[in-house]
Amino acid sequence: MELGERMNQHALALVDVRKRFGQTEIINGVNLEIVAGERHALIGPNGAGKSTLFNLISGRFPVSSGSIALNGTDITSKEPQVINRLGLSRSFQINNIFPKLSVFENLRCSVLWVLGYRYSFFKRTSALRDAKESAERTLEMIGLENRREKMAGELTYAEQRALEIGITIASGANVILLDEPTAGMSRSETEVAVELISRVTEGKTLLMVEHDMGVVFDLADRISVLVYGEVIASGTPAEIRMSKKVQEAYLGTPIDGDEE
Amino acid sequence: MERALNKSRLILWSSVALLFVLLPFVFPGGFALSILSQLGIAIIFALSYNMLLGQTGLLSFGHAVYFGLGAFVTAHAINFVEAGVFGLPMSFMPLVGGLAGLVFSLLLGFVTTRRPGTPFAMISLGIAEMVAASALMFTTFFGGEGGIVTNRTAGGVVWGISYGPQIQVYYLIAVWCFISMALMFVITRTPLGRIANAVRDNPERTQFVGYNPTRVRWIMMSLAGFFAGIGGALTTINYEIITAESLGLMASGNVVLMAFIGGIGQFWGPIIGAVLVTFLQSFLSNFTQAWLLYFGLLFLLIILFSPGGISSLITIHAPVWRAGVMKRLLPSYMFALWAGLVTLTGIIGVIELLYRGTLVVGVNVAVTWVFSGLLVLVGAFFLRRAIRAVTQVWEDLTPELARWS
Repeated sequence: MELGERMNQHALALVDVRKRFGQTEIINGVNLEIVAGERHALIGPNGAGKSTLFNLISGRFPVSSGSIALNGTDITSKEPQVINRLGLSRSFQINNIFPKLSVFENLRCSVLWVLGYRYSFFKRTSALRDAKESAERTLEMIGLENRREKMAGELTYAEQRALEIGITIASGANVILLDEPTAGMSRSETEVAVELISRVTEGKTLLMVEHDMGVVFDLADRISVLVYGEVIASGTPAEIRMSKKVQEAYLGTPIDGDEE
Repeated sequence: MERALNKSRLILWSSVALLFVLLPFVFPGGFALSILSQLGIAIIFALSYNMLLGQTGLLSFGHAVYFGLGAFVTAHAINFVEAGVFGLPMSFMPLVGGLAGLVFSLLLGFVTTRRPGTPFAMISLGIAEMVAASALMFTTFFGGEGGIVTNRTAGGVVWGISYGPQIQVYYLIAVWCFISMALMFVITRTPLGRIANAVRDNPERTQFVGYNPTRVRWIMMSLAGFFAGIGGALTTINYEIITAESLGLMASGNVVLMAFIGGIGQFWGPIIGAVLVTFLQSFLSNFTQAWLLYFGLLFLLIILFSPGGISSLITIHAPVWRAGVMKRLLPSYMFALWAGLVTLTGIIGVIELLYRGTLVVGVNVAVTWVFSGLLVLVGAFFLRRAIRAVTQVWEDLTPELARWS
């Protein structure tokens, strides 16, 4: 009863989630609650299992045990497309776009399902005004209007990063998972990206993995720290900054904004 | 702008329709008509194959299964009509083949499309082998070695059409070819067609925008099976006999070659491939027994020098044409053409000598050997230079073209 209620209040609720690959337990009983509407950052040293946790939540891998709920609905080990249709959308650490489609087509393909066109082969895509307008809105949001007809595979790295976020948010999902959105970006590109992320996740729930502490402290309402497959602390940026446990996990170095 | 595009597309499709109507007048005679009929069937088959390969990224080595099964079911349907079991005008018989292709691809595709990539290719090969083997085992349905014989005039005379004369069969094929082409083109523009492209590019990501890539592959494969079945039905009507050969590995391999030679990157690429391959098979085989060897050489050359097929050779020249600098390329192309022809003549000489000359010995043969060898050497020498020249002109042009686009 109590568990059910807890799940209901949260955009995402993970209860004792575990993942083993063979003998190695990568995720070691994670309990995590993401409040609807907050921007939540997941940090932790390399190999802590952050990306694995993302893959479990988004259905890329099945969990070994435990349960995951999205807006109160159980999504444990469901297929990615099923989870996506329930309103969760994710991006990838390594660009995962449709390289031979145009930028516009990348975004249009990302809204077809949610607009109800499914596997239709009786309608002309070019006649679907809502799909076109939706794709154009996203295009404008990610600032790639002048790349509209370019093949996505020909974009610069930073542009592909922006498109990666565009594909993720295009469908209007209300829970967004971003996996290291600023990975590999220069300082100035990162600033643009942070501004973009805060704009496109307005009024939505955001969970993101990020290494750049500047980005984390800029964006996050709350932070969780994952070390060796366990969440060792969860709290506001100020609380995390002060936490002894977290400082120890980061080998005694205080967390601040200059870390690369 | 969209309207202008629609208008030019309308003109294009009307021209295609007109071409279909006029071709028998331009090329009269029995042989031409039988080639034209074959062409129409090959075009449907090759385009349906490209729904898998070019649009969904599925390399199938067993597409003839659906073509062949469609053909066999049609043969039996025609025989049933002849026996008076049920009535159906011959003009609609291709639908029977299409539905048969659809049913079989729905059934078999459910299994084969679970995995993309190499597993799919291997499973499709396995299914092709399995069906080809069953064709020799289940002789009531497949007719054993002799196949199933039918009578295309079984439907009687409907609206003055008896399907006795070949010209009527040609127009039946032309109409169904046109309809199939148009439908397959339209499908590329639908949400399903677009998502199929997305699945081809990156199946994993489609899952994270709400799509089930397995389902997309399955539907595309079923539709491809439908059109292949139409092609099969037309073959049955055209030849009035169908044998197990039509669903074998050779037939499946043939359509792979058509698609690759024509090019899988453009919708119309496989049409070029179908036309070229059908022509080569019909004409070249009249001149030389070594035609399969030449055919193999052509395939090799295209895969080596233009992996995108003939259609990509055409599309890369579109910007050159628009920029009006085609004449800069021409001299090097003429040079390459000349050198290529010299080499080709030499190669033909050598191949034909190997093929026929082994039994005959004489001065003439020796002279031809030396001459052909020389042509190959000289041709190859200049061909290398020609290729370098072509590459050089392209390199010079690239920055200019970038400014134009």
